[in-house]
Amino acid sequence: MIFVTVGHQMPFDRLVRAVDEWAGARGRNDIFAQIGETAYRPEHIEFASQIDPDKFRELVANAEAVVAHAGTGTILTALELGTPVLVMPRHGALKETRNDHQIATAQRFKSLGRVEVAMDEKELAEKLDHLADLPARELISTDASAELIGAIRGFIWGSNPPI
Amino acid sequence: MSRPTDQSRRPARVLAVSSGGGHWIELMRLVPAFEGCRVTYVTVEPSYRSQVPGSRFRLVVDATRWNKFRLGVMLLQMIWVLVRERPQVVISTGAAPGYFALRLGKLLGARTIWVDSIANIDELSSSGQRIGKYADLWLTQWEHLAKPNGPVYRGGVL
Repeated sequence: MIFVTVGHQMPFDRLVRAVDEWAGARGRNDIFAQIGETAYRPEHIEFASQIDPDKFRELVANAEAVVAHAGTGTILTALELGTPVLVMPRHGALKETRNDHQIATAQRFKSLGRVEVAMDEKELAEKLDHLADLPARELISTDASAELIGAIRGFIWGSNPPI
Repeated sequence: MSRPTDQSRRPARVLAVSSGGGHWIELMRLVPAFEGCRVTYVTVEPSYRSQVPGSRFRLVVDATRWNKFRLGVMLLQMIWVLVRERPQVVISTGAAPGYFALRLGKLLGARTIWVDSIANIDELSSSGQRIGKYADLWLTQWEHLAKPNGPVYRGGVL
């Protein structure tokens, strides 16, 4: 199963449509998409507008790959569960989000070797054809870095933590 | 503004605040930092409650800085939360609810932590930029965004 998600904040029809068209062309019937509040209705894939967080984690865990907007929540969840992830960033100029921060996120996580990136629908279709070749990802911890946890604990407790 | 340990061994009262989506997921990665604290989570999605079993949980309406009416409602709700919870420490990963919570927390004598989202790579988030002078610990998760007068880099959620 391929799990497609656009996050809870805004729809991202350009991504869902591209996956839907690819699914139609390839005859794939094992795709489930979370598409947000949108009038657009995919033809070839199953979908829901929103998914609660427990169900979301379950879908990410069971998917062979996650195809998503370049949201950090989605990326972090996929990395925690070791599911390969292909992202297409939202563009600020297309009013898909407030600015181009998702492009920076996609590029940064790509340079860390954490995600696959498609910059547009054409590249997305090409990368979807090779989704099965994506390497399984090394699982990351579900916790923040020890440095950050330590900085916050130090701030809360000073030199005298309770445990 | 004493640290909780100066008064007693009672758990520090921490208010941990975030909006939905990635902000909440980043906050969840900070949970180990709150061990030994009495944490109240404040967010915008009722379904997140199941992810913090055993902790206190409060909701405010979701709003961005473009919807002034909803922001006003959120602010009133946050005032109520702060007055009820009287946190000693307020921490947020963003966005609008965290901004309000830190400003209000500061007014009520709490110490405050802002962890700017890992999504803000080219520049700090707009709330992250504005919260600087109200955050006792003002953090970015990207070393290249750290500056001498803050924000500082002390690791990230990844």
